[in-house]
Amino acid sequence: MTRRTVVTGVGVVAPGGANRREFWEMLTAGRTATRRITFFDPTQFRSQIAAECDFDPYRAGLTAREVHRNDRFTQFALVAADEAVAESGLVLDAVDGERLAVSIGSAVGATTRLEDEYVTVSDHGREWYVDERYASRFLYQALVPSSAATELACRFGAHGPAAVVSTGCTSGLDAVGYGHHLIEDGDADVVIAGAADAPISPISMACFDAIRATSARNDDPEHASRPFDATRDGFVMGEGAAVLVLEEFEHARRRGAEIFCELAGFANRCNAFHMTGLRPDGVEMAEAITHALDQARLDPTAVDYVNAHGSGTKQNDRHETAAFKRSLGQHAYEVPVSSIKSMVGHSLGAIGAIELAACVLALRYGVIPPTANLENPDPECDLDYVPKNAREQHLDAVLSVGSGFGGFQSAVVLRRWSR
Amino acid sequence: MSRAVVTGIGVVAPSGLSTEEHWRSTLAGDLHVSCHDGMLVGQVPGFAGEDHVDPRLIIQTDRWTWMSLAATRMALEDAKYDPAAHDPYLTGVVLASGSGGNEFGQREIQALWSRGRTAVTAYQSIAWFYAASAGQTSILHGTKGPSSVLVSEGAGGLDSLGAARRTIRRGTPAVIAGGTEAPLSPYALVCQSTSGLLSTSLDPRAGYKPFDADANGWVPAEGGAVLVVEDAEAAAERGVQQVYGEIAGYAATHDAYHPEDPPPDCRHLVRAMRKALADAAVTPDEVGFVVADGAGTPALDALEAHAIREVFGRPVPVTAPQGFVGRLCSGGAALTVATALLALRDGIVPAVGNLSRPGHDLDLVREPRRIDTDLALVNARGFGGFNSSVVLRRAREEGVHHGR
Repeated sequence: MTRRTVVTGVGVVAPGGANRREFWEMLTAGRTATRRITFFDPTQFRSQIAAECDFDPYRAGLTAREVHRNDRFTQFALVAADEAVAESGLVLDAVDGERLAVSIGSAVGATTRLEDEYVTVSDHGREWYVDERYASRFLYQALVPSSAATELACRFGAHGPAAVVSTGCTSGLDAVGYGHHLIEDGDADVVIAGAADAPISPISMACFDAIRATSARNDDPEHASRPFDATRDGFVMGEGAAVLVLEEFEHARRRGAEIFCELAGFANRCNAFHMTGLRPDGVEMAEAITHALDQARLDPTAVDYVNAHGSGTKQNDRHETAAFKRSLGQHAYEVPVSSIKSMVGHSLGAIGAIELAACVLALRYGVIPPTANLENPDPECDLDYVPKNAREQHLDAVLSVGSGFGGFQSAVVLRRWSR
Repeated sequence: MSRAVVTGIGVVAPSGLSTEEHWRSTLAGDLHVSCHDGMLVGQVPGFAGEDHVDPRLIIQTDRWTWMSLAATRMALEDAKYDPAAHDPYLTGVVLASGSGGNEFGQREIQALWSRGRTAVTAYQSIAWFYAASAGQTSILHGTKGPSSVLVSEGAGGLDSLGAARRTIRRGTPAVIAGGTEAPLSPYALVCQSTSGLLSTSLDPRAGYKPFDADANGWVPAEGGAVLVVEDAEAAAERGVQQVYGEIAGYAATHDAYHPEDPPPDCRHLVRAMRKALADAAVTPDEVGFVVADGAGTPALDALEAHAIREVFGRPVPVTAPQGFVGRLCSGGAALTVATALLALRDGIVPAVGNLSRPGHDLDLVREPRRIDTDLALVNARGFGGFNSSVVLRRAREEGVHHGR
């Protein structure tokens, strides 16, 4: 018998939304959380803006020890997972820990801590042969991204498989997809699945400056993330985490869990083209979409909403517009498509999970979050991108896609639950 | 269910720059750990990126990626598998990485802090993140199938093989799997030393000594292995003449005890081993030898020794040849699998590396030992509590020959 994956909990830490409720209020209001960087003086950078989380780990429930030994990205993951698990109603003592797994995505892991500590041990970059005596005790633990999976496994007593999936900007979709595979293949009944990244640091800003991938609309940060708009000039860095509780349907049914939706399809492909470049035809992303829909046994015309990668770079927006047309045919012109990166920025590996959280909520509440700041669409982007205002609409099936450095292309299909 | 078989191996390790060189050196028992800037490390001697990677690509990538690309090319040649000769969607890349592009990242952060943001190169954004090697592999070889990167520290190499098998069962007949690591740049070494698990000895013979009474921590090392894993039927269909063996069983568990402390017992490592055996549908009695994780710290070795005794209930031969080279993080388990497949092929099991005074109640292999068996179990653990096990089965005679 086929094992089906359902979503029974959602937790979010996002810019402008410290939890799931605030996050959803912000998205449906079409508010943006992009602003001038406050974490450090960004004056030297070309792009001086980001979508920052106003995150207080102590208020969010973490102990001093947990804060000390973990990078910010792991802290986000812990807080998002706490919310997701609490909401799922899982009684951890009643769950078989050996059937509980963890699958967390992250593109760049502990970059912030990595850089901060480097500055210390190298005396502000003066010494190549760095001085071990200035390193903090938990440095290795904080730096290895696998610690995010370890922290979650320990917190929830998950003795099943634990993984960190790191495929750049598709990490969030791929980690949730991996969790889905663990359930389908019978390796776990419940998976704490999601992604986290906290890349707003000088080195991250510098490296995207160097390839001019980020927006330099420094005089107007609130309107800087402009996917599909003719005046867009790159993505706006973000940070955050989202965690979903994935559960095998029978397991959820037996314990009387509230089911948000089904994870009905997942596929990933590579473009084998360029680490950062995209061909305008979107063939490989279309291939991923088609396979994800096949798994969900859905006709392209059944897709009610597409959550786009929509990073706000010219080549991305055209690439995926082409991918939607290729995979959905004429329906691409009818289905609403939007990018929440217009509001919460692009949190690299985390964003795929944050976008899936938004999709789960869109299905549940029948509201499509808008593409903020979309005033004048790029003529080559000629679909319905739900500009500026959220739209109420009953949804049965939602598609979310991601595209990342390295050529990774991923697609996830969520569907209203039915037997 | 389809079977996943290894048809090609590429090795870049302190013990050799090719599979057979690594195998000869491992059987000879050569120690490849040396003292470098006041620390013991396992370096790959004579490895230069320029010898293996296009100069245009060299400047865009870290040493860890050079090693990955070099091992991949060897593995593809060994398997006589040319991804370009197949539908691009039918080949995937599933690698493990524990620490990404260490040296590249350090250089760029140093440039930023000493010379400002314009000193940061355009390639930092694509060179140090964990998926860099997998992305470059896909681009270089034109593969468009499902691809992924798993990060579970020392267990990653086995997890990538487990994920490769999963990918094959889901319909992608060929997967490039395994992993490499290059964690010997100054900052990476400092980071690792804060784990408190490294040997502080300066004498190579006294450093990394898995299962030795004088075990005192491990020695970080670079390199790893890349394997071509294929659906057995698809491999037979394309006329493959060489199969090293089958990934017959795989399981992963997590101790989930405490992020700062090792677990008080080995029960979840036991579970990983038992689940991998059950997955392969074999009993412990059928397994001819174990290639252990051999962390080389007294506590971790004791836990693993206990786990092996509990699972096998008999003195099964145990080896840990990684004592000759150091611990290669995610590359280590991939290399261990390569070694185990060669041992199955030749019916000879290499010795525990750098063992002087056996410190545990195990049948530790002291000298290369003739063991004619079809099955081997490989363990790998990752910092924090990851336990993974793989069961390897020697190639069956089906008109297909063993490797070589």
